[in-house]
Amino acid sequence: MSLEAVQTDAEGYLASRDDWSEELANELATQMGIELNDEHWKVLNTARAIEGESGSSPGLRKISKRSETPIKSIYKLFPDGPAKLIAKIAGIPKPKSCL
Amino acid sequence: MKTILILGAGTAGTAIAHKLRRRLSSEWDVAVVDPSSTHLYQPGLLFLPFGDETEERIVRERGSTLGKGITWHKDAVKTIDTELRRVELEAGDPLSYDFLIIASGSEIRPDMIDGMLGDGWQKNVFDFYTLEGSKALQQALANFEGGRLVLNIVEMPIKCPVAPLEFAFLADAYLAKRGIRDKTELVYVTPLDGAFTKPLASKTLGYLLEEKGIQVETEFMTGEVDSEKNVIRSYDEREVPYDLLVTIPPHMGSSFLEDTDLADELAFVATDPYTLAAKNAERVFCIGDATDLPSSKAGSVAHFQADLMTENILRAIDDEELEPSFDGHSNCFVETGHGKAMLIDFNYETEPLPGQFPIPGIGPLPLLKECRRNHWAKRLFRLVYWHALLPARPIPISPTMSLAGKQLSAAAELGGA
Repeated sequence: MSLEAVQTDAEGYLASRDDWSEELANELATQMGIELNDEHWKVLNTARAIEGESGSSPGLRKISKRSETPIKSIYKLFPDGPAKLIAKIAGIPKPKSCL
Repeated sequence: MKTILILGAGTAGTAIAHKLRRRLSSEWDVAVVDPSSTHLYQPGLLFLPFGDETEERIVRERGSTLGKGITWHKDAVKTIDTELRRVELEAGDPLSYDFLIIASGSEIRPDMIDGMLGDGWQKNVFDFYTLEGSKALQQALANFEGGRLVLNIVEMPIKCPVAPLEFAFLADAYLAKRGIRDKTELVYVTPLDGAFTKPLASKTLGYLLEEKGIQVETEFMTGEVDSEKNVIRSYDEREVPYDLLVTIPPHMGSSFLEDTDLADELAFVATDPYTLAAKNAERVFCIGDATDLPSSKAGSVAHFQADLMTENILRAIDDEELEPSFDGHSNCFVETGHGKAMLIDFNYETEPLPGQFPIPGIGPLPLLKECRRNHWAKRLFRLVYWHALLPARPIPISPTMSLAGKQLSAAAELGGA
């Protein structure tokens, strides 16, 4: 599904996890000024895997530990709010609390 | 003799021990393992710093909270061998089990943040998630004469996710009462994108922050506490100065779960969200704060899970298929200060909605709306906890969420719950 056709919520997160594809992720990233390389993909795939297992979007520490990418490096890969950017590009929900 | 072994005798472990004891014959030993000699009513830690609660009322001897027929091993767990179905203890002989319930909760880990346990710890840097921290903070608040009071959530998940917000609201009221609110900047620092992160809550409750003059610093991932300069520093080099820092450090599961196949990177047990069985071992279940589930780490959740897990354990004993019955139900009072509170009721699928929450014999309580009755219900809940929740006597609230009384239209207007 292309960037134009895909449904997002008011804040720009994918409405359905199933609409996600690697192509779409590349398009979303480009739109945010990020060119995805292997390091980005390691982080994105980890975030998707954790969300799939546990049903909630992970915090950066968990992503960092599983992907063996230091938090500082995650900030370099996804400047301007990595938690949100990762969730948006990986097609998983916004990290939330209960209220 | 067959054994159900429960690791941890907090809210979840104690409640399910009593439930199972009632339902199982005398050929079953129901045993808990917990090294601590006391049981702490954790919701009381929110009120203690403001002098509105006492240690005596929120701490009881553990022995008095465990009924007849429950064996208590006062010891710490070293390792779990799920192949041999055996738990090694720090001091005593290993314990064998037929079924294992992990109820070991979560704990704060200030050691994970650079500088948090430095020179400022318990001088002008405090937690309120431990009895020690909460008591020390009471003293610090009493001596506080104004300046920047910063409340800082390091990262999710945390126990009782609304507690930091409640703390900010109660602090506002407390400072006003002491006549130093106008000399104090109250700042709420969160790694998330707002103090409220769900659409309805943001829309209906945003006024609380504005009305109380609470500043919010969002998407702040704390990397360091600098006690020399009295600032917290984020990974992207932002600094928030403080005179008094109240921090909610990162949480992890128990240390005996770290680096095991049972648990994730934060030592929370990989758990089936609906049956509550551990994903990576046979005959093992997980309840309460120790799970990796997206449900809140809260006492109400532990209570609802205990109801449903009891039935699943009985099914497992009879070699029947487990029911996917848990829906993530959570029910919490949220203090907003000045003797008022809100009630929220939600599950995996449905965000907190406005409306009325019916409780048989007590009457409806308003949802997602401040009122005095909710505040008194929250304060009185301590008695329900000691006398009904822990000993597993009936509490007239369904373990799964009901839509009765909830205004679904409120969510529909915002594009779905």
